[in-house]
Amino acid sequence: MNSYNRYHRQIILPEIGTYGQEKLTTSKVLVIGAGGLGCPVLQYLTAAGIGTLGIIDFDVVETSNLHRQVLYGNSSLGMNKALAAKNRLEDLNPEITINAYPEKLTTKNALSLFSEYDIIVDGSDNFSTRYLVNDAAVIANKPLVYGAIFKFEGQVSVFNCQNGPTYRCLFPEPPKAGSIPSCAEIGVLGVLPGIIGSMQANEVLKIILDLGNVLSGKLLMYDCLTIQSSTFAIPRVESEVSKVLASAKNFATIDYDLFCGIAQMKEISAKNAFLKKDVQFIDVREPHEEPKIESLAPIYIPLGKLEQQIQNIDKEKEIIVFCQSGVRSKKALEILRENGFENISHIKGGAIALSKYQILKEA
Amino acid sequence: MQLTIKYFGMLAEATTITEEEIHTDVCSVAQLVEKLKNQYPKLSDKDFKIAINQELVDQNHMITTETEVALLPPFAGG
Repeated sequence: MNSYNRYHRQIILPEIGTYGQEKLTTSKVLVIGAGGLGCPVLQYLTAAGIGTLGIIDFDVVETSNLHRQVLYGNSSLGMNKALAAKNRLEDLNPEITINAYPEKLTTKNALSLFSEYDIIVDGSDNFSTRYLVNDAAVIANKPLVYGAIFKFEGQVSVFNCQNGPTYRCLFPEPPKAGSIPSCAEIGVLGVLPGIIGSMQANEVLKIILDLGNVLSGKLLMYDCLTIQSSTFAIPRVESEVSKVLASAKNFATIDYDLFCGIAQMKEISAKNAFLKKDVQFIDVREPHEEPKIESLAPIYIPLGKLEQQIQNIDKEKEIIVFCQSGVRSKKALEILRENGFENISHIKGGAIALSKYQILKEA
Repeated sequence: MQLTIKYFGMLAEATTITEEEIHTDVCSVAQLVEKLKNQYPKLSDKDFKIAINQELVDQNHMITTETEVALLPPFAGG
């Protein structure tokens, strides 16, 4: 009876009824990212009574998130977003199951995670995750409810649904790395992800309830300054879909950062390293390894201990890692990236290259 | 013929307009894009897709009648 009351206003809609409510209760939806888009998606899906909701996000709540990430308050600062969202949502609706995954979505965990859910919602904030999410949804054969924002404009679509197109049928290749700034770099109006995320939640409900016209095969563009929206038909491109399906076997080994041109940007020369200011250098060699590069004032964390000591590194600072020759430092970058560090690079040629330049400088 | 060109997202920033009307002869999408990139050099390093009359088309598509052309960039933000 309690449940009936909770969902009464949607159950009395003849298009939903108790039958529709039952469909919502037995549905499982996974939301990628509990940020600007993820928050409204999660809020409305929780309230509507989606039986099982998954939330994956490795990031923590920061003050600058609060103007748009409406599930959080001051008391959530510093908490992992998936866990903080779960806390809030369990109060909103204790009758559903909420699974929080406080980790990064990777090619290692994506397929098994996706297989446990019926619908995937993309609320991520970068291209490498978006391509990863699309490809995993295609391989796992799950509908993908897509939303993305830029300043005052948003995009919504439903991919891989009813034999419709995928994200790659729209954008087969990622844009050049760094050519499209993020919300952190250029800003975003707080209400915009609220609107776009609500549209995504709406599409999820339509898919489950088989209502209206699902936004499959169409891209919606919305501008919150002009209140204009336009939809564009997207054809399915079989060759793009089959390319993704063919990659299923090696999926766990695909480097989406590399695909999006991010990994290549992360190398700097020994010469430029000495010109950097306000940077935290990390020497990931073993304590006995020489030569030491004292002039860069690095902190010393051997690669094997990096993960354990990661909390000692300041996330706000630019991080430059080096080792002896530049091999271990690449691995260190992967570890840092998996732990949510973004402004990171490593030194080409490592301490050997640095020491040569240091000698030249002294001479 | 007359075309209505619509620019979205960072493409509207690159051209400083959201919409314009232009006159051109019959041409392919690739030729039109080339022309627009010449007119707005800041479009050159941008990635976008073209929709003709609200339908995504490829570079070889011929534009033969008065139509609406939309330049659609990818967004990543969330």
